[in-house]
Amino acid sequence: MAVNELQSTRKPPIFQIGAILWLRTNLFSSWVNGLLTLASLYLLYISIPPLLDWMVLSANFNFGTVNILGFEIKFSEVMADNQNCGREAACWPYIYEKLYMYIYGFYPREESWRPDTVYGLTALLFVIVRLVRNYKYKNRVILSLIVAYPIVSYILLAGGFGLLPVVETHRWGGLLLTLVIASVGIIVSFPIGVVLALGRRSDLRVIKLFSTLFIEFIRAVPLITILFMASFVLPLFLESGNNFDKLLRALIGIALFQAAYFAEVVRGGLQAIPKGQYEAADAIGLSYLQKNALIILPQALKISIPNIVGSSISLFKDTTLVLIIGLMDMLAMVNMTSQDPYWLGRETEGYVFVTMVMWVILYSMSRYSRKLEIRFNTENKN
Amino acid sequence: METENNKSNIIEISELNKWYGDFHALKNINMNVKEGEIIVVCGPSGSGKSTLIRCVNFLEKFQEGNIVVSGIELTDDAQKIRKIRSEVAMVFQHFNLFPHLTIVDNLTLAPIWVHNETKEEAREKALKFLERVDISEQAEKYPNQLSGGQQQRVAIARSLCTSPKIMLFDEPTSALDPEMISEVLDVMVELAKGGITMICVTHEMGFAKKMANRIIFMDEGQIVEENDPINFFKNPESNRLQLFLSQILTHDE
Repeated sequence: MAVNELQSTRKPPIFQIGAILWLRTNLFSSWVNGLLTLASLYLLYISIPPLLDWMVLSANFNFGTVNILGFEIKFSEVMADNQNCGREAACWPYIYEKLYMYIYGFYPREESWRPDTVYGLTALLFVIVRLVRNYKYKNRVILSLIVAYPIVSYILLAGGFGLLPVVETHRWGGLLLTLVIASVGIIVSFPIGVVLALGRRSDLRVIKLFSTLFIEFIRAVPLITILFMASFVLPLFLESGNNFDKLLRALIGIALFQAAYFAEVVRGGLQAIPKGQYEAADAIGLSYLQKNALIILPQALKISIPNIVGSSISLFKDTTLVLIIGLMDMLAMVNMTSQDPYWLGRETEGYVFVTMVMWVILYSMSRYSRKLEIRFNTENKN
Repeated sequence: METENNKSNIIEISELNKWYGDFHALKNINMNVKEGEIIVVCGPSGSGKSTLIRCVNFLEKFQEGNIVVSGIELTDDAQKIRKIRSEVAMVFQHFNLFPHLTIVDNLTLAPIWVHNETKEEAREKALKFLERVDISEQAEKYPNQLSGGQQQRVAIARSLCTSPKIMLFDEPTSALDPEMISEVLDVMVELAKGGITMICVTHEMGFAKKMANRIIFMDEGQIVEENDPINFFKNPESNRLQLFLSQILTHDE
């Protein structure tokens, strides 16, 4: 019989670490992998330099003199126009000239501080939510912010109530409109989606049937159809008829559409919760609402974060479809501004600019989702 | 035994029948439990023992028969069910702790939301019970950071937090590594000595011998035999119990 002493742990051998090893294991682990690496490098080589050249190196940055936060920055003597901008590379002065349209649409210039304030408040909201994380009454603070924020934003953007001059929604446009549609769509549809998901798993047959029918109907129809229905069919049923705000109609359509998708995403999360969790919640005497609000949904939503954000990103991109019912979102502004007779043939710059703005917003959303996932992960915490 | 005859029945089960679809899972179960009694239910797997105790707090619906728990008859009435569940606690085979809440939050959930206690009261009591099951130093951790034995002890503490009159144990040690079984059984022995009414579905015959007032043997959805621990093991009457005992005791003795 042999008795062995407990051995002490030691570091891994030195050839297991270092840059060359990383290259070998990740990029050149086999012939196939090596070839793929070289092919990818070649693709980057033929695509990146021309793009860089078009966007930056040969591009025209002659903005004239620009006032940024009170500082006069002189890029060139005069701003370039369509003629002396050149055709072989990007003409950024065009974007600069149309920037207001891209961001605010036809929002009156003298009122543009109002959307700016809303942007500022949105940023502030995220900062506050982050700061109060460990504060005793954080739930109350966050809840009151969630209630106050849409009201304040609405009053700022739309005006009225005797406080601010009214800006009708058909003058909203550009990035402002994109953000309004996307955020209202996501925020309004989310609770509806959660309720639908619970409804679809309910023991009550009628509720289950209604939820299932609603979800399956909406999911089987393209968003364009729903937007058309909301825009042209919905007013037929309503007394106010065509006076019914066009933006509101689109928002209702989008919220219902997105609710069906969220419902399925959340249902996926609900299905991943073991039966034991329901039983334990039942056994300690929680009611249906308490069980779902305290035990099931927190876990189900946590698992669903990647899909919820994925679905939100899809919706954000789909908002560009509102241009077909005559709402002028950021993408519609590319078409709009390219009609300017002084700036003919500059759609490319517009599309590239919109792409970059979209990418920045959507990539941030994706990163934020990753952060949330890590923060809420209590399952594998050590 | 004699003194307990004076005590009233806290659980009365009569003519209980349950089906899963066509499968007759419980057949004419009659069973009374007196206050403070420790009952062990055993039997081969699929014999309906878990189903039986899960009927007591209505985790399973039954089609025929009556169950009266501390004077309340079990019906579909959600109010009554919640009332009974607030008096009957259950410990599960797989612990079923809430993984998104810390240990102490797992314990305070029911007191705060079901029994309307303040956060401070609930927390104080939770820490007391955690100390009783000897894991107070883990209070702020999450369930998955604990070993199986520790999780089951937390689950027991969680069910104690609502001051139940009855505790149901559904194979509490079956999912545990062997070296963790005794720490859970120790806690259960302490509880049994404390005078709470207990129904335990378990295969731990050592616990049954030491603590049970009565042992019930079930097979194929019926109660085959019930007896006090001494006669249960010494003089099993039915063939099925003799066979069952010979199978589970060969390795123990």
